[in-house]
Amino acid sequence: MAVTHQLKRVDFIFSNENDWEKVLSTTINKKPTDLINELISSELKGRGGAGFPTGLKWKLAAEAKADSKYIICNADEGEPGTFKDREILSKVPYKVLTAMAVCGYITGAKEGFIYLRGEYKFLTPELNKAIKEFDYYCKEIKFDFKISIFMGSGAYICGEETALMESMEGKRGEPRNKPPFPTQNGYLDKPTVINNVETLAHTYTIFKYGAKKFYDLGVQYSRGTKLFSVSGDTPKPGIYELELGMSLQDFVYEFGDGDTKAVQVGGASGFLVPRKKFKDAAIGFKGKLTGISLPTGGSMMLFNSSRSMFNVLDNYLEFFREESCGQCTPCRVGCQQLLLGIKAVKRGEKPASYLSKLLRLTETMQYTAKCGLGQSVANSFSSIVENFHEEMIY
Amino acid sequence: MNPIKSLIKDMTKKHGKTRESLLPIMQAVVEKEKYLSEYSMIEIARQVDIPAAEVYGTATFYSFIETKPTGRYIIRICKTITCAMKGKNQVLFAIQNMLKIKLGETTPDNRFTLLETNCLGWCHKAPAMMINDEVFTELTPEKVRDILTSYMKMSQINVN
Repeated sequence: MAVTHQLKRVDFIFSNENDWEKVLSTTINKKPTDLINELISSELKGRGGAGFPTGLKWKLAAEAKADSKYIICNADEGEPGTFKDREILSKVPYKVLTAMAVCGYITGAKEGFIYLRGEYKFLTPELNKAIKEFDYYCKEIKFDFKISIFMGSGAYICGEETALMESMEGKRGEPRNKPPFPTQNGYLDKPTVINNVETLAHTYTIFKYGAKKFYDLGVQYSRGTKLFSVSGDTPKPGIYELELGMSLQDFVYEFGDGDTKAVQVGGASGFLVPRKKFKDAAIGFKGKLTGISLPTGGSMMLFNSSRSMFNVLDNYLEFFREESCGQCTPCRVGCQQLLLGIKAVKRGEKPASYLSKLLRLTETMQYTAKCGLGQSVANSFSSIVENFHEEMIY
Repeated sequence: MNPIKSLIKDMTKKHGKTRESLLPIMQAVVEKEKYLSEYSMIEIARQVDIPAAEVYGTATFYSFIETKPTGRYIIRICKTITCAMKGKNQVLFAIQNMLKIKLGETTPDNRFTLLETNCLGWCHKAPAMMINDEVFTELTPEKVRDILTSYMKMSQINVN
């Protein structure tokens, strides 16, 4: 049987930024409806992890009626194991700014914000310089769009879109109820488009080369490329742009250290895939991929056989316990109890069967938590406990 | 006028007397004083014209807005999974040994505060830490001792 072990490396995101002025001026001379259709036909999905179709989001915001609208670039990259947005903003900031301006043109928004996490404050001098130059060009071509940076202050939950807006409004970063969605009632209750940094960078590619070039890459339901942040037990950690739809087996063949025990796909809120399931797992959005398909914000953490999966889970749960905003009970109490629970099982204070009780608790959290944080604790918890049951007990 | 009071006044003027300016104002105070005192919170509340409890509630939500006095240099070492796997504890021990403080404490001369934080986004160059806004990556006990030594020298110059 022929096994290819080939990952398709692509280089879109970090190249061809220099012509942003031309891309901006030609794009804003096209009809907004044409641009939306182009974006919809590219089948670009949000690259932050949730995977909402970007074209549809922009369309909804464009159709919303309001006296003012806003564009937000979500650069609150807090998911453990992701660091691609920082790289995009430091290497190709003009792509992101151009995409925001084009989005403003399509939806009718005049103001955009980059919500930058506090940990990336060192990026602001360079980024402000880029914004200034961008602003200057916009004035030159008489295009009215203003971009500014809004700094976060070290809260993971503010990466959740509605929590981010609460935070921008000067409140505690507690997620709102959905619906209404931000495209109707977003920042200051106005229609708002909020996109991940990488999503915006991809729209630049689409506006420059057309949807087909993007659509031709990837597989059905998961079109295009994606940046992957590779870390953990790997000889070559870093950021790689790869085509979506690859098998995890091929990924590990390329990036593993020969002793890979498991891969955490999608950060602490994603799934852990053990070695025996590598060949069935594909990286992409849910669809007709064979086997397990794993959507991801791009975090790929590799663990080799020297790592204790109990420690990994313990670390994740501590992370969630601290970063839970505390607003809704399932998440606030759930995260605390899960952490206490696995420690009690490990110490022998609770029987092994207690783990199944904890699994039921994560299921409850999945159904009842208000936002993605509480709902996704179940992902890593169940995938670690089910696949590495013995390590949790002994 | 008290320098913090005038800073808050300036920031309110710059960002506007609205709730949306609360975070930028608090961040400006924290940048200056390294923490947000009760006095600052009340003053911000007065300037922005919102209840002081709201300011307190918002301030305590964010981990980068300290509400207790801290040292001039806040060391935040990343404790999330990749950094934890790549030797964060050894680095932490080296810092604790050198500064003779434990996690959450401040040195008696008010120079350094040692804290842990969640993922800093440098997993490919783990372990990582921040001192104020500056990032240091691929740390080892030796490297961290060098870094701290240079900070100690720097703060000495500033004092003299």
